Amino acid sequence: MVTATKASISRAIRTVAGPTRLGGVATDWIAPALVLAALLAAPLVLSDFRVALLGKFLTFAILAMSLNLIWGYAGMLSLGQGVFFGLGGYAMAMFLKLESVQGKLPDFMFWSGLTELPFFWAPFQYAWFAIPMTFIVPAALAGGLGYLVFRSRITGVYFALITQALALIVSILFIGQQPYTGGTNGITNYTTMFGFSINAPSTQVALYYATLAVLALTYLLCTWLIASRFGRLLVAMRDDENRVRFSGYNPAILKTIVFALSGGIAGIAGALFTPQVGIISPTMMGIVPSIEIAIWVAVGGRGVLLGAIVGAILVNGAKSGLSESFPAIWQYFLGLLFIGAVLVFPAGIMGLLRGEGWRRPEWLSVQQLRNGATRFIPGVSK
Amino acid sequence: MEVWALQLFNGLSLSSILLLTALGLALSFGLMNVINLAHGEFIMVGAYTTYALQQVASHYTGDPQAGVTFLIAIPASFITAAAAGYLVENTVIRFLYRRPLDTLLATWGVGLFLQQLARSIFGAPNVQVVAPAWLSSTVSITSGLLLPMKRIFIIGLVLACLGGLYWYMYRSNEGRRMRGVMQNREMAASLGVSTRRVDSFTFALGSGLAGVAGCALTLIGPIGPSLGTFYIVDAFIVVILGGLGQIPGTIMAALIIGILNTLFEFGTTAVVGKVLVFAMVILFLQWKPAGLMRARGR
Repeated sequence: MVTATKASISRAIRTVAGPTRLGGVATDWIAPALVLAALLAAPLVLSDFRVALLGKFLTFAILAMSLNLIWGYAGMLSLGQGVFFGLGGYAMAMFLKLESVQGKLPDFMFWSGLTELPFFWAPFQYAWFAIPMTFIVPAALAGGLGYLVFRSRITGVYFALITQALALIVSILFIGQQPYTGGTNGITNYTTMFGFSINAPSTQVALYYATLAVLALTYLLCTWLIASRFGRLLVAMRDDENRVRFSGYNPAILKTIVFALSGGIAGIAGALFTPQVGIISPTMMGIVPSIEIAIWVAVGGRGVLLGAIVGAILVNGAKSGLSESFPAIWQYFLGLLFIGAVLVFPAGIMGLLRGEGWRRPEWLSVQQLRNGATRFIPGVSK
Repeated sequence: MEVWALQLFNGLSLSSILLLTALGLALSFGLMNVINLAHGEFIMVGAYTTYALQQVASHYTGDPQAGVTFLIAIPASFITAAAAGYLVENTVIRFLYRRPLDTLLATWGVGLFLQQLARSIFGAPNVQVVAPAWLSSTVSITSGLLLPMKRIFIIGLVLACLGGLYWYMYRSNEGRRMRGVMQNREMAASLGVSTRRVDSFTFALGSGLAGVAGCALTLIGPIGPSLGTFYIVDAFIVVILGGLGQIPGTIMAALIIGILNTLFEFGTTAVVGKVLVFAMVILFLQWKPAGLMRARGR
């Protein structure tokens, strides 16, 4: 037997994990560059309405990337990603609202009988506080819950179900606290952002480019992260958590860090969503929107960074095209899309482009068999 | 004192509905590693079956109250929901065994599909089932403690279902085969048990129980296409707390969560109550990550 040191294992991980990442210059650099060029040019050819719509989709693309980071690479399916998106959105919404009311009390607080701004909302009138908070608050919630969950070695479906419960809890909490959150209606009616009229086409185009810049930065950050030693460890945990643990790493800490980061990225996506769409409400952070994020990622291709972006834009494009004219057909289609993403095209669009065809990526089977599934099927040897 | 007794009783009746829902989930996870997010939609199927039966009956008899129809509706809801479950198992789930995360997404898709189907057939607004007269009374225990007959009936119905399930699992041949497959699939298969058949039957049974829960829910309030989503998350919390796939654990967890939920709601508000229960479950899992009962290790 060879005694495995931390360094030798991590070398081994690098060689083993290399092929599962399925690199390739085409999908890693050329395709993203083409997508970026198309998105840069879009405002020149599209109408204001279409640009606003595409800007919204780009925030969804950032959100999808945050899920892809933990699901596609670290193997943890979070069904509470909408919560983090919503928290970032609410932090931004309160900043915009407080700027719009010019020192007066926001309308919904006044209607609910509050006489002064609650102390915890007061600092949100300053951009230097509110904007970092769109990252910090969701990251802290994800990190805190994640630490408790991962410390107890809760993985796989348990994790998915607990995050789904989080989505339910937080959304009803926001609905219930009308004086502080605006209840079901959420927070809306902003007039200005940094002094610029928020509905002016020039502001919307500026926001579009800001979103695109954040998307590109997130993409670069994730690319760097995944290529780093930390990223190798994520993939290694996805494929065999125990082996990583026995090599001397602490999976709970690694997972907590990546979950908190993913929550923070989702929060930034929410913060960019609010000024472009003009509203944030609990309907955007409940169970249903949270699980829909998973379908964007699955359609695009799990475990491929660009996949999340492509999936988010395509699915939402189809949604706005179909659901306006044929809402019933859209619901049937969405249902079938969920089933299809699992049974028919598990590798997603990026998988098809890469020539992996219709096969399931191997890591999907391996990971699910390892993470708890065998525990309940005696007779299947590990 | 009487107020507390009433709260405890309401908690029990909530527990019993949760239990009926969670049992099917626990069965399908214990046997097949299937996380069935469409389970809530089988509740909805059962509820709409009751509604449809009442519509038909009142059309022919002119009596808007359910009367005897409600008694017929209970087995009818079971059968429709079980048939729906059988169909779903044979078309989608059977390809996904041992891949719990995938079943989670695929069954969510099934659920969306079924919800839209209900919306297309019955319309999006909620509908109301008129409870039969003999269930609209109250039973007085003491002068200040009046228990609604409906809730007593629901508890009784759930107890009957539990008894039936016990008989099926421990006294019938079909149930013996099911437990065999649960304990050791390969061994059962090599002894001639058709595991495919057991899987479909178990899934149908779990769905049928959810259908009965749906029938019972029509007594409590209006029903709509997204009825199931209200209960599914709570039911999953029950299953997680009980230990996935563990029936005695599920029963215990349903009792605990139902009663805690009602007590917290009574002490604070519905929302804060739910948040408190969720926090307690997370903290409990720190202490016992596998839930109340765990699969026997080997």
